[in-house]
Amino acid sequence: MSLTYDDVVAKYEPVLGLEVHVELNTNSKMFCGCSTIFGAEPNTQTCPVCLALPGALPTVNEKAIESTIKIGLALNCSIAPFSRFARKNYFYPDMPKNFQISQYDEPICVNGYIDVEIETDEGAKQFRVEVERVHMEEDTGKSLHVGGATGRIHGADYSLLDYNRAGIPLVEIVTKIVPGTGKYAPEVAKAYVSELRDILRGLGVSDVKMEQGSLRCDANVSLRLIGSDVLGTRSETKNVNSLRSVERAVRGEMIRHAELLNKGERVVQETRHFQEDTGLTRSGRSKEQAEDYRYFPEPDLVPVAPDAAWIEELRAAIPERPSLHRKRLQEAWNVPAKEMEAMINADVLGIVEATVALGADPTKARSWWLGEISRLANERDTAIADLAITPTDVAAIVALVEKGELTDKLARQVVEGVIADEGTPAEVVAKRGIKVVNDDGALMAAIEKVCAEQAETAEKVRSGHLPAAGALIGAVMKETKGQADAARVRELLLAHLGQA
Amino acid sequence: MIRSTAAEMAAKLVAGEVTSVALTQAHLDRIASVDADVHAFLYVDTEGAIAQAAAIDAKRAKGEKLSPLAGVPLALKDVMAQKGIPTTCGSKILEGWRPPYDSTVVANLKKNDIVILGKTNMDEFAMGSSTENSAYGPTHNPWDLTRIPGGSGGGSSAALAAFEAPLAIGTDTGGSIRQPAAVTGTVGVKPTYGGVSRFGLVAFSSSLDQAGPCARTVLDAALLHEAIAGHDPKDSTSINAPVPQVVVAARAGDVKGMKIGVVKELNGDGYQAGVRARFEESLELLAKAGAEIVEVSAPNFEYALAAYYLIAPSECSSNLARFDAMRYGLRVGDIEGASAESVMNLTREVGFGKEVKRRIILGTYALSSGYYDAYYGSAQKVRTLITQDFTNAFAKADVLVSPTCPTTAFKIGEKANDPLAMYLNDIATIPVNMAGIGGMSLPSGLADEDGLPVGFQIMSPVMKDERMYSVGAALEAALLSKWGAPLLDKAPIMGGAK
Repeated sequence: MSLTYDDVVAKYEPVLGLEVHVELNTNSKMFCGCSTIFGAEPNTQTCPVCLALPGALPTVNEKAIESTIKIGLALNCSIAPFSRFARKNYFYPDMPKNFQISQYDEPICVNGYIDVEIETDEGAKQFRVEVERVHMEEDTGKSLHVGGATGRIHGADYSLLDYNRAGIPLVEIVTKIVPGTGKYAPEVAKAYVSELRDILRGLGVSDVKMEQGSLRCDANVSLRLIGSDVLGTRSETKNVNSLRSVERAVRGEMIRHAELLNKGERVVQETRHFQEDTGLTRSGRSKEQAEDYRYFPEPDLVPVAPDAAWIEELRAAIPERPSLHRKRLQEAWNVPAKEMEAMINADVLGIVEATVALGADPTKARSWWLGEISRLANERDTAIADLAITPTDVAAIVALVEKGELTDKLARQVVEGVIADEGTPAEVVAKRGIKVVNDDGALMAAIEKVCAEQAETAEKVRSGHLPAAGALIGAVMKETKGQADAARVRELLLAHLGQA
Repeated sequence: MIRSTAAEMAAKLVAGEVTSVALTQAHLDRIASVDADVHAFLYVDTEGAIAQAAAIDAKRAKGEKLSPLAGVPLALKDVMAQKGIPTTCGSKILEGWRPPYDSTVVANLKKNDIVILGKTNMDEFAMGSSTENSAYGPTHNPWDLTRIPGGSGGGSSAALAAFEAPLAIGTDTGGSIRQPAAVTGTVGVKPTYGGVSRFGLVAFSSSLDQAGPCARTVLDAALLHEAIAGHDPKDSTSINAPVPQVVVAARAGDVKGMKIGVVKELNGDGYQAGVRARFEESLELLAKAGAEIVEVSAPNFEYALAAYYLIAPSECSSNLARFDAMRYGLRVGDIEGASAESVMNLTREVGFGKEVKRRIILGTYALSSGYYDAYYGSAQKVRTLITQDFTNAFAKADVLVSPTCPTTAFKIGEKANDPLAMYLNDIATIPVNMAGIGGMSLPSGLADEDGLPVGFQIMSPVMKDERMYSVGAALEAALLSKWGAPLLDKAPIMGGAK
């Protein structure tokens, strides 16, 4: 009865559209000076403006405009020399003015794109997702419906309103329809949101925490018969709170649509709410009758007309796209994809890059941060960034090892010392009296002593049984308190036993 | 003492001939004696006004340098938020609301030590031309208590004409300062849009609303203008430029060499004979004072009224959406089991008056999808054309002039059921708001046929407000020497005070 995903994509072509809302991390709200800190006591971050008291007027937060322009530039958009805010009129208790100030037909950024890469059956493949617009708006307050079974307004005993969120700057990023993804639609959707999240994080304009709602994705999906150029009816899935959910929601909607279409039923144009537990969507508000928001230009705000020179200044400061940056690093360092992944997941890529920039060998730098230092962080149950060791320290340690002044083993002691706040690597070396024994005379004395003590083992080596040398080398290292270079010890030992 | 001008009162305060407390008390006494008949005030802040006056007297006693109008009392239109003082906008829906903040105009008044006596009556949310639309009953014209004092700012103009205050604040969206001034024989100025902050002015139509000074002389209006004007970062539409030198202009009153343009379309048919006679007479006086009178044409003004009644209601339908019983003001139907939606509906049903509802419905319709282009969109195009007409006219003249309104004050109730006739009152004042320029009305005499005051309107280009003060002061001086006494001396004497 139930269709498989393969059945769906054999018959239908999915058409995607993605709307992403991002809360900007400005210190103050979009149209007033109230704080935006998350999690404050309800209704403590409000003023006459965001409570819409009679007579209060909005003024635009310049920082929010700057952040939005940066987003537009990073998404390859054109920045409008003149854009306006409009009023979107509808009544709802958590919206103080009963209209939302939002950009409508004159958004600040238009016509951009980003390329995302996903793994396909034929290997890595790029898809271009075109961005229709990036615009600014304000968030609403929050309603908490108390009583009743569902937490929804219907059936609730009463509702509580918190206006702390009212007026938080939001940026909405809307794609054009994304056709041609075929069976990879769910992966492309996920890759797009993931790429977008990385870009926004790189720009430093938002916390981009999907679980806290500072990045929210609505996934629009419709199906059409393969080969047809007539678009199907779309559904708009909200409440998609993780990257994995984006993928699941798109796949789930594709299957749901296909089942309806196969039965000869029609898809209802509506919003759907994604259910994290089941991976299915539940019907929300119907959009069959387009709501009339009576948009008109916001007369309380003058148009936004950013200076061209300012835009260029912002453009010059846009960082390299995180995915391109990674690709470039991966090539330069000659690291396998898996290792890159590991560094990203451990959140050490930036630190490794800084360490390499200070002259350290990429492989060494990576292995220190991802290995010993990660292990120590785990042991102490803290983040790597919170440890008292810096890229400068690690670069210094790598250099000492290269110069032969430290062995790997000794270097581990130095790392431990730095993390224990004993000072710079040089200071730790001095304080702890760590030094490599590279005086051959001292080493030979130790070797002779060990060979005398373990005459039987020494004899085995002398007669050609090389694996037995390990025990002797270990003993010599012990004798020299680990400060000898094990490779040199091996060399000298084998020579001493006539095996060089 | 209460019949003096604000400038004279200020001089007496400086000279120590009177204290602000005594001056304020004299006005409070006057209000107590005549306001039962006039009903200019919705709220009188007796204690607050006396306390403010006493503080100003104390500052003066200490020798502090005070602003030019320090210690002079003023009446505030009830559309302006004043911290802790009831602010109703003439509407039931805001009954009992006390703002937790001061509007910028109020902050400026306080900074200038101008004593705020109380809040004056108005048409509900400034929608009307007669003050009959106040939810708290009409204000009466001191010239004839059976007649309207104009609107929406009828309370402020009546308070001036009845000598309850020497200064008042009005707001003008389509003529709400100038038309009341005209029909009460007082002076009212709508500054350039953006010249005075709108922060704390409860919005009717955001792109048209402008607060301004009301007084009994042009100089008093100029002094008040300078006290309240200036850039305000809290109002995005506030102009960031120096305040025009209106006091200098009003003191000089010099029109020699100025070109005064008579707007052909704002005269003639539909204008009362006495209104036209006083207008012609004023033109002659200005010519005698050295101005050159020219005729200008503004062909698109005939569409101004129609466009205004699309733009203003559209904006008001959105601005008034916030009155939903959720956070402040009236709340009706909040009983066990009632939904937020039913409380909103009932509150708005009970809380808004007929004219307000009419305009909300009109504006909601005009903004609706499918109608937007035909109504709101077209109206905005007309607005551009009107602005263009003004630009062309100002290329030929320094200021433009017309009668302020087509008729003198009509009877209370006469047009209450005929909104179109009511709207026509503002035919000559509306173009000024549509273009965002400055406009002034000052008394030009009494109409022969009914003995009621007639207003003379002067219009000046954006941020050239000083020009209307130059012309206004010149005309005022010429008329005063012709009459021998201020026009208000001819008004009936109320309350026995002189």
